[in-house]
Amino acid sequence: MPPDGTAPAPQASSPAPQSRDASPRRSHPVLRFVLTRAGAGVVTLLIVSVLIFLCTSVIPGDAVTVILGKNGTPKTVAALQARLGLDAPLYRQYLDWLTGMLRGDLGKSVVALAQHQPDPSIASTIKSPLINSLILGAITSALLVPVTLLLGALAGTKADSAVDHAISIPSLILAGLPEFVTGALLIYVTFTLLHLLPPVSLVAPGASPLATPDVLVLPVLTLLIVAVGSGVRQVRLGMIESLQADCVQFARLNGVAERRVLIRYGMRNAVANSVQTIAQNLQYLVGGIIVVESVFAYPGIGIYLVSAVVARDANKILAAAIILAALYTVINIVADLMVVFLVPKLRTELV
Amino acid sequence: MTGALSARRSSRLLRAGVLRSNGGRVGATLLVVAVSIIICGGLLAPFSPTATLGVPGAAPGGGHLFGLDFIGRDVLSRTLYGGRSTLVLAGLATVATYTIGGAIGLIAGISRTAVDPILMRGVDILLSVPALLVILLLVTAFGINGPVLVIATSLVLLPGVARIVRSATLDVSTRGYVESAIARGEPTRALLLREVLPNISGIVTADLGLRFSWSIILIASVNFLGIGIQPPTPDWGVMIAENRVVLASNPMAVVGPAIMLAILIVGVNLVGDAYVRQLDRPSGSE
Repeated sequence: MPPDGTAPAPQASSPAPQSRDASPRRSHPVLRFVLTRAGAGVVTLLIVSVLIFLCTSVIPGDAVTVILGKNGTPKTVAALQARLGLDAPLYRQYLDWLTGMLRGDLGKSVVALAQHQPDPSIASTIKSPLINSLILGAITSALLVPVTLLLGALAGTKADSAVDHAISIPSLILAGLPEFVTGALLIYVTFTLLHLLPPVSLVAPGASPLATPDVLVLPVLTLLIVAVGSGVRQVRLGMIESLQADCVQFARLNGVAERRVLIRYGMRNAVANSVQTIAQNLQYLVGGIIVVESVFAYPGIGIYLVSAVVARDANKILAAAIILAALYTVINIVADLMVVFLVPKLRTELV
Repeated sequence: MTGALSARRSSRLLRAGVLRSNGGRVGATLLVVAVSIIICGGLLAPFSPTATLGVPGAAPGGGHLFGLDFIGRDVLSRTLYGGRSTLVLAGLATVATYTIGGAIGLIAGISRTAVDPILMRGVDILLSVPALLVILLLVTAFGINGPVLVIATSLVLLPGVARIVRSATLDVSTRGYVESAIARGEPTRALLLREVLPNISGIVTADLGLRFSWSIILIASVNFLGIGIQPPTPDWGVMIAENRVVLASNPMAVVGPAIMLAILIVGVNLVGDAYVRQLDRPSGSE
């Protein structure tokens, strides 16, 4: 799914100008912004964690039946509920879970308990999918920004040329498609037609996807295709607009090298306008991996979550969901800071 | 600005405006193709979409234009049927998005009490979690069924609508005609429905196309993930997921539904885009 264009704008709180000189011991404005933003993030995450907990706590009524099967007597049901801590009031369960989680204890998988697996703890099974997802996300993010800027700038400087059309039209069409459609078509082209790449990203349990880099190509490419489009369009527009400015005319008349004009005058303004969009696209990746991992059977946190939902394993859903929500919040904060630091107008509003 | 007549005329102008741009024309064509296949496809289907007819994953041929799927059903027939569920659910989700989001925005915008910040912070919370995660959690809590999918999808999309409606309402609520209606002592409901809503509807529906295409994408993605529409119902998302195993022997089983979804979504996006551009042009609106 393409990123929603309605993500919250960074709220640059701008106190009245008089207050600037009023208190000499005023803390550093940027530091204060970072702290406020992080504090708001923590509060949001706590509220989200309560909501996630409520959503998954509807299941544990099932959890006991999952474990005992159909031959549970009222007595064994009660005993098991006590063992799992499900007889405590809901708020107590939440606090237990929260304190456990803060200590790194993510609870036990209900399904694993039912199957009498030797190690039902979630922390041991969630680690490697999480690392795999982080690898996928990190590679994609590292490529996302340069690819967006490069394609956008190229299309913008050569507006309405063949190059522009070759970039703009696919970015308009492809960016709107769901990941699994793009992914399926990519598999068709690279595997069925060209026999180039594996159709599924199989990674042996315990192995790192980095050991077999070819499994990463299609997932990264799919995420990039979906995430790059809106940013490219924004950079392109910014580039066209900034190249029409008077300062660019003057620079050219002054004999400034065209390369320098493009980078110093064109690119700078184009980037400032599109930071917000690019930041949103980075944030989108957290949700995007859920589908992309399923398309390529890439063993990450997204597949972990979806299979837990299908198996109705409450504690697993809870753990995976809170990790994804936390990642999303952190990236959201980083993105907001990025916007504030890179866009001079917003930065001065802080002071 | 005089009633239904001018509203109808401006909507006709807008439609003509959508068709005036290249993107709009291409989009409208794609949209008409996709929607007619979705609506009439079932009548043209040569076989039953759920009957097993031959060797699983058979390549096109022998009366099966698109071949057979992973358990030997006719891919063409399933593709012709496969858009209904997604389109209906996405349509309902869009309606729910505008109804609920619009109500939240109107109430937040007109109230000058604590209701406004409370509603809007609630909306912010929805945005602080990835869209699919919200849907996955609601499906977890309330089960996999149509109403849950529709409400979950609209919850993901309504923050945008609520924000736009709220700021438009705030903007309008200081205008003379609203203030005089307040002075006349009109009840808030009449105020919102008669004075505010007609005057903000243009801004609010500008990104209707965008939101409709997001609904389609979300619903189709959820179906693909196996937590939406359940087999054996023919559905494009479900088909892409289940036929990946026969990709080598009959790629049409995956590519067919993928292309249909692409046509539908690109069509909606291009028409939506042309519509927004048309609104921006000073000659087009009023």
